[in-house]
Amino acid sequence: MIEFTLWDIVRNLLLATRWTVLLSLAAFIGGALVGMAVLFFRISKNKWSRRLASGYIALFQGTPLLMQLFLMFFGLPMLGLRIEPWTAAVLGLTFFASAYLAEIWRSGVDALPRGQWDAGASLGLHYLQELRLIILPQAFSITRAPTVGFLVQLIKSTALTSIIGFEELVRTSNAINNATFEPFKVYGLVALIFFLMCFPLTQYARSLERRAATR
Amino acid sequence: MAFAWLPGALGDIAHGAVTTILLIAVTTLAGTLLSILGAAGRRNGPVLLRRAIAWYVEVMRNTPFLVQLFFIFFGLPSLGIRLDPLLAAMLAMTLNMAAYTIEIVGAGLDAVPGGQTEAALALGLRPRQVFIKIVLPQALKIIYPALTSQIVIMMLESAVVSQIAVRELTYEADMLQARTFRSFETYFVVTLVYLAMSMALRRLLVTGGRRVLGAGVS
Repeated sequence: MIEFTLWDIVRNLLLATRWTVLLSLAAFIGGALVGMAVLFFRISKNKWSRRLASGYIALFQGTPLLMQLFLMFFGLPMLGLRIEPWTAAVLGLTFFASAYLAEIWRSGVDALPRGQWDAGASLGLHYLQELRLIILPQAFSITRAPTVGFLVQLIKSTALTSIIGFEELVRTSNAINNATFEPFKVYGLVALIFFLMCFPLTQYARSLERRAATR
Repeated sequence: MAFAWLPGALGDIAHGAVTTILLIAVTTLAGTLLSILGAAGRRNGPVLLRRAIAWYVEVMRNTPFLVQLFFIFFGLPSLGIRLDPLLAAMLAMTLNMAAYTIEIVGAGLDAVPGGQTEAALALGLRPRQVFIKIVLPQALKIIYPALTSQIVIMMLESAVVSQIAVRELTYEADMLQARTFRSFETYFVVTLVYLAMSMALRRLLVTGGRRVLGAGVS
């Protein structure tokens, strides 16, 4: 058996944390971009594009993320694409995030008074200008707290990519645990690292929420 | 795509689905009960208990469920507590769900007007009776939609407990794809089963809620 000092364990976990952070950022950016597209469909005037977007959101919110990751990981090779766990992880989390972000932002669009649209129209703006100049900036600003809240959700969700073989924090901790047989210490440290990443964001979301409530 | 393996696999899939349903049924009951106690304790308990509950909620909400599951299943034995996988899964799911529902139930308790408690006390009810008969039913009615969503989310999270070899739906899917070599098709079918289950669960909770808590529950 190899001897691991506490510092060895912590150092290896911190090295793996880089990948957790990078994956979270990639998925958040990807999810925001795809989510924006889904949002456009979801609030469009066309009934069928609204339905399509609702179906997309219901699908991703109604099935386990783990299944979505499995389908990515085993599905893309069927299309002839050789796929690394990293690619499957980023794509899987991107689609997952896009459905949630689209739904969060739509709640912001719905919360705006009807008059905002009418005012835009009466100024002679066309639909896209109305969205870009009037509706979306307000919708994003009132949904800032739940958006940050979802980022916490997303960081925690990266843990699942360990199961399809992506070498992030949890997968590294499994390997360390197999070598050291100190699950209490190893998983305790992993929980602590996740907590240190997520807790400040949770607090930030809470302060945004308070600020929104007093406005 | 090839689905010739499917008819022979239906038994396993059904078996896994039943275990998933068992997991979520236990989690819902135990988690809701625990969160009512937690929310009440956080409002009326001694300061130390209030602080402990607040920290519990923060820690659980800011760490991944998978890590909590591993901590309980692999970590607790080093304290001499060895749990069978199904029990460990139920414990982890219940503890995780409670952290979210303590906040939800608490918000419901805060939303019931104080006059309700005063009126009930004035009628001569004991504080405990007031809580159980007057405040709690109204609070549950207010938070029912949020509670329903959390229960559905927990059912979807339960896919993860396959990782400690609980023989639920995802575990059966893993076994099936190893046997049939049709990974994509297997996970595709099982994903659809999950989708059907989450839609059915939501509908069941809404109709059940209407019956128990009265009209106006959405």
